[in-house]
Amino acid sequence: MHKKVFAQLDEELYIEKMSNGLQVCILPKKDFNKTFATFTTKYGSIDNQFIPLGEEDYIRVPDGVAHFLEHKMFEKEEGDVFQKFSINGASANAFTSFTRTAYLFSSTSNFEKNLDVLIDFVQAPYFTEETVEKEKGIIGQEITMYDDNADWRLYFGAIENMFKHHPVKVDIAGTVESISAITKDHLYQCYNTFYHPSNMMLFIVGAVDPEEVMNHVRDNQSAKSFEPEETIDRKFADEPDAVNREHHELKMDVQVSKCMVGIKSDAKEISGKELLKKELSVNTALDILFGKTSEHYTSLYDEGLIDDHFSYDFTQENNFGFALVGSNTPDPEKLSAQIKEILLNEVQSPSITEDQLQSVKKKNIGGFLRSLNSPEFIANQFTRYAFNDMDLFEAVPVLETLTLEDVHEAFSSLVQEDRITSFYILPKENA
Amino acid sequence: MQLDETKIRQDGLNIRIIQTKKFKTNQFVLKFKSLLSEDKVTARALLPYVLQSSTEKWPTTALFRSHLDDLYGASASVDVNKKGEYHILTFAVDIANEKYLQDNTPLTEQALNVLNEMVFHPLLEDGAFSQKVVESEKRTLNQKLKAVKDDKMRYASQRLVEEMCSGEAYALHPNGIESELENITPEKLMEAYQQMISSDEVDLYIVGDIDSGQMEKLCKEKFSIASRENVKAIQKHITIEDSKKIVEKQQIKQGKLNIGYRSNTFYGDHDYLPMAVMNGILGGFPHSKLFMNVREKESLAYYAASRLESHKGLIVIMSGVEPAKIERAETIIEEQLEAIKNGDISDQELSQTKAVMTNQMLETLDSPRGIIEVLYQGETAGIPVNIQGWFDGIERVTKEDVTEAANKLLKDTTYILTAKEVAESA
Repeated sequence: MHKKVFAQLDEELYIEKMSNGLQVCILPKKDFNKTFATFTTKYGSIDNQFIPLGEEDYIRVPDGVAHFLEHKMFEKEEGDVFQKFSINGASANAFTSFTRTAYLFSSTSNFEKNLDVLIDFVQAPYFTEETVEKEKGIIGQEITMYDDNADWRLYFGAIENMFKHHPVKVDIAGTVESISAITKDHLYQCYNTFYHPSNMMLFIVGAVDPEEVMNHVRDNQSAKSFEPEETIDRKFADEPDAVNREHHELKMDVQVSKCMVGIKSDAKEISGKELLKKELSVNTALDILFGKTSEHYTSLYDEGLIDDHFSYDFTQENNFGFALVGSNTPDPEKLSAQIKEILLNEVQSPSITEDQLQSVKKKNIGGFLRSLNSPEFIANQFTRYAFNDMDLFEAVPVLETLTLEDVHEAFSSLVQEDRITSFYILPKENA
Repeated sequence: MQLDETKIRQDGLNIRIIQTKKFKTNQFVLKFKSLLSEDKVTARALLPYVLQSSTEKWPTTALFRSHLDDLYGASASVDVNKKGEYHILTFAVDIANEKYLQDNTPLTEQALNVLNEMVFHPLLEDGAFSQKVVESEKRTLNQKLKAVKDDKMRYASQRLVEEMCSGEAYALHPNGIESELENITPEKLMEAYQQMISSDEVDLYIVGDIDSGQMEKLCKEKFSIASRENVKAIQKHITIEDSKKIVEKQQIKQGKLNIGYRSNTFYGDHDYLPMAVMNGILGGFPHSKLFMNVREKESLAYYAASRLESHKGLIVIMSGVEPAKIERAETIIEEQLEAIKNGDISDQELSQTKAVMTNQMLETLDSPRGIIEVLYQGETAGIPVNIQGWFDGIERVTKEDVTEAANKLLKDTTYILTAKEVAESA
């Protein structure tokens, strides 16, 4: 176990790699009542083509398997895992993203008991044809709920516009049709490949003694046997740099139109500090261009083109990334035209100043401190960073070193005319 | 379990200072409370947004936000909501504790300045708010009111309350009434503002690693709020003769089935905690009867849960169901409540629910806003919160108490939002 000290922040992080390959991190929080733990595998909806553990050929699994598997992990021969957590007063949950599946709980008593429940249920799959069939009804309802959710459709509409082949374009839960093809064998195949301890991270934040908890995890893991660690072979189709389509729209039973502009990142693989720097640089540029202190925000708001739903964000993962800028708006066409113009103008004639850069840095330093109030943020973000070979606690130091050139370079290599797309949700007439 | 809490009454202002070393930021929240009423709700809903958009010192959003960025990303936010029949306007500032920054310039006083400027020094033109700002915020609020209809889950919850409580102030949406919005002029808004400043009940909460003596002194300097009467809503007990059923159709894929019950139990009543435990057993958690039976056993819904409206004496059940299976879901939901009424509650269900509720409360106290909301919950009802008393009270609730609470429930209204064309179900 080794310890990292962040003196200015008054935080300490304890890290150990177990002999089976599992990474364990503990960040003690004095004075907190609760402890929060996440057990995450580097496996999400995009990992749909891979060589299963112990086999030789690539397979393609149905869309929505990772999320389906997440649901099914909670059901065991002896019953539902939620029950075990709640007997100990814990509340548990799970989520599946493009690149990760996380199981988590928080509790204010019986921490070690709950931790065992978490580790043990994720490390003991139990799938039967019968329970797999039953789950299709529940997930089918989850999918239709999202189908009716205009903001979700807007988000995915923009992503589908951007990507031609990359599986990020597929809804995380799959479709009612794709999940109908899922069998218990798919689940075991994916589980065995991606839930090996060496592909996972356990993160614990809260009212704990790090020595004790690390010992506890060590004992838990050494009592179990695992296959030797293997590198996972994933496959992704070649993705062009240009967007799949420049524009698309959808009519729904809504009152207010919605507009989302997407900017696609190139397909070059990226990780570590390089990734961190790119993400921070682009987000800094977006903050300066579209944040509430910007001229552009003021004029878009004054013109009535955006409201307080206006948002912008850039995410970059290992082999895909995108920026999204959008809002509820009475005039999606005008808004998307203006957003595109702002983006392309900035590339042509950079307007960002040193003062603006300093101001965003200050703002983000305070924002990072605020995030440290939240155990959920620390555990989830640290894990996401670690899976991309980045360190969450490096974010502020790297941010502080960013120069105007860094920001402009990252921004202008992202923003290119053929990588921009727009998607609208429009009210149905006579709905 | 106790909070390190200092209470100060400064004329018309109730100040609560909660000293804790848990957080890396300090939180300042100012709350204005008035009765919900049809003629005031829309102007009041608009007020906080106009106030945060333009002040004397920072006449534009861009200037205001720049100042906040320079204060190490201080966050300033406003919020409008209701608790029972109270309309509550919230102004909050969260600011880094300079202890954790390389630059040690004190920030606390700055946070109070921001709060003070935002609420008490609006930008005025000829004694009223700026026409331009008012118009632009009206447009945003109008869009927000329209957008509620686009989030089917929220829409169904709102429609149930409108139907169930029709004629009662609680039926009003805290964000106001769309058709009233056009009638709001800068002058009318000014009247609403003056009324808010002169008659609302005002509470200030401060949470963080701060010196309460110094805070008290600063609050005296920054805020002067004249004494006033307490604002008190009347809690009416409602009897139901025939329950209502409302069915609405839209072009959607997933139906919503929401059912509202009168509990006639209010925050602070002797059976308030049994009612809360009852709600937990019924549908508060993933181990609850609704989730286990409607979702897990029957695969009928993705979500099925219940919620307690503490200050209005209601329990509301919400579920998202395939349109063809709404009737089936309704039957199963009714059966769950019947089971509790008949005392069909296992020891495990009772102890799990208590354990999870206790956990939830402790977790809430791990966030600055959580602490404030827990304390304000009691303040709204005029009953100071005793955290330890709450834990002890939950522990004392028996199965009989829960059954008794369930038997008080009166089914009032069923609201169904369903698809225009219902697919045949297998």
